[in-house]
Amino acid sequence: MSEPLIPEQPVAAQDGPTPLLEARRVTKRFGHVQALDGADFAAFAGEVVALVGDNGAGKSSLVKALSGTLRPDGGEILVDGRAVQLATPLDARRHGIETVYQDLSLAPDLDAAANLHLGRELCRGGLLGRLHVLDRSAMRAAAIAAFAELGVDLPDVAVPVAALSGGQRQSVAVARAVAFANRIIFMDEPTAALGVVQRGRVLDTIRRVRDRGIAVVLISHNMPEVLSVADRVEVLRLGRRVARFSASRTSVEELVGAMTGALDGGAA
Amino acid sequence: MKAQSDMTTQRAFRALRALPALRALRRVGSAQESWTFGVLVLLVVFFTLAAPNTFLTAYDLTQIATNAAIYLVLAVGMTFVIIVAGIDLSVGSVLVLAAVLSGEYTLHHGGAASGWVTIAVSSLIALGTGLAWGALQGWLVAKAKVPPLIVTLGGFGAALGIAQIITGGQDPAGAVSGTLQHDIGFGKLFGQIPWLVVIAFATTLVFGLVLGFTRFGRHTYAIGSNPEGARRAGIAVDRHLIKVYALIGLLAGLGSIMWLAYFGTTSIAGHATDNLKVITAVVLGGASLFGGRGSVLGTVIGVFIPAVLTTGLIIIGVQQYWQDVAIGGVLVLAVYLDQLRRRSIQRGTPP
Repeated sequence: MSEPLIPEQPVAAQDGPTPLLEARRVTKRFGHVQALDGADFAAFAGEVVALVGDNGAGKSSLVKALSGTLRPDGGEILVDGRAVQLATPLDARRHGIETVYQDLSLAPDLDAAANLHLGRELCRGGLLGRLHVLDRSAMRAAAIAAFAELGVDLPDVAVPVAALSGGQRQSVAVARAVAFANRIIFMDEPTAALGVVQRGRVLDTIRRVRDRGIAVVLISHNMPEVLSVADRVEVLRLGRRVARFSASRTSVEELVGAMTGALDGGAA
Repeated sequence: MKAQSDMTTQRAFRALRALPALRALRRVGSAQESWTFGVLVLLVVFFTLAAPNTFLTAYDLTQIATNAAIYLVLAVGMTFVIIVAGIDLSVGSVLVLAAVLSGEYTLHHGGAASGWVTIAVSSLIALGTGLAWGALQGWLVAKAKVPPLIVTLGGFGAALGIAQIITGGQDPAGAVSGTLQHDIGFGKLFGQIPWLVVIAFATTLVFGLVLGFTRFGRHTYAIGSNPEGARRAGIAVDRHLIKVYALIGLLAGLGSIMWLAYFGTTSIAGHATDNLKVITAVVLGGASLFGGRGSVLGTVIGVFIPAVLTTGLIIIGVQQYWQDVAIGGVLVLAVYLDQLRRRSIQRGTPP
């Protein structure tokens, strides 16, 4: 325990700027389970912030609330300091928030280009556009560009996603989020299904996206990985944020301690 | 042992796909389409060789196409429904209900002697009935979350029941305009192509393009492939499902107009197995009952296999009931191949 645990105090470096995305006192109850019990969270531009917690700590619920797939019972969500309603994933997307879901949320029968543009297909111009005729070549070109930018190596953007390897599918899901996010990307266990090489690639991608000024929120169980890629760590326990750390000044032991409550003292 | 036979099947499958003509077709459709297309070609070749001067004459082609026209229209709607991982058992009954309601209007507005105004209004009634019934079923599937099998099984019984209540169970006489029958039912475009075939192919072409080239079509595949993913991607899944079921209802309404024009009667008792015929055609055409896969081109092939079989068997003098046996076998084989494909994907190897 070389580093002092500073519960509920902003890490010095992020004291100044307004968070890109902030949750204040968010609550959500499922029947008898209080999934979120006044949870706070903040993500700043150009940082990778890891959201960690034990199973049942409320990570998924919080991410769902912040990505528009779950309506919280109470509390406030702020984008760029302004309170917003994120009633649907579409609302979140309008605010520049994209999510890479743990199940990847891809349509396996459609190809990579179609998946990249799922729900925001490009249409032709003129009369054909009025009839909502798809502009396949434009989507294909955009997809090739998006994959190239991430260094994703896809043999053919026109084969169904079902025929791709796990790592390639992961890349498609990440590329989709990166191509459209301009504020925040949530990544739910983005490396869980990957081999060593692909894992490294996804982590590189995360750093590259961060360097474009986007806030990357990483949800992961892998503490060494969290410490290697994240700038900051926020810890959830029993539906609340119990601690915040600067990743360079903490350790796996400290994180695990905060997650399990072993370090409980002044924790809120 | 089993794995080995799986592999043999797959190798045969791959070899078949390597043929250049089939590969070209694959650009338009899927692997299974080319396989089914191969079956259709084989059937045509076989019957042409078996009855060189009769089969594939101009008369037979028209006859086959006319017989298939109404099923083709229904099957186009069913293609959309099956791609969204749904099913519609009610098509035949909706067709009957639409026919009866429009027939009742005709009966009270000039009967068999009525003119184009009555034809127009009665046709709108038929289309409207189908559309409304389909939309209601779609709402029950999408919003009330009742499984489509149950919704449309209920609809299958209810629509037929209402038709029987209205007519007392008897096909009413004078329910079809003679003009409609003469001009559309037996009429031919340029004196060559029966209007029924023209209507069916125009419908097929329009909705084939919609499915293959528009956002509506893309969303249809996406929803069938991963409904939750589609919802997260901002697609209005519920509204889309309602539209898809409304579409097959509308096409059942169109089918009823074609039926009245060709047969001149509502045929209340004659549509109990339409649903199975149509689903068979769509599945033969390569659509997956698990959703996400299928095409209108495949469905056209799937409709024509039974049509060609029936005509061909009659011509070569085989009892046409063998058709049912053959179609049953081919259908099960088609779904088995679909399962193989799905399993090989789950194993991580591309199909």
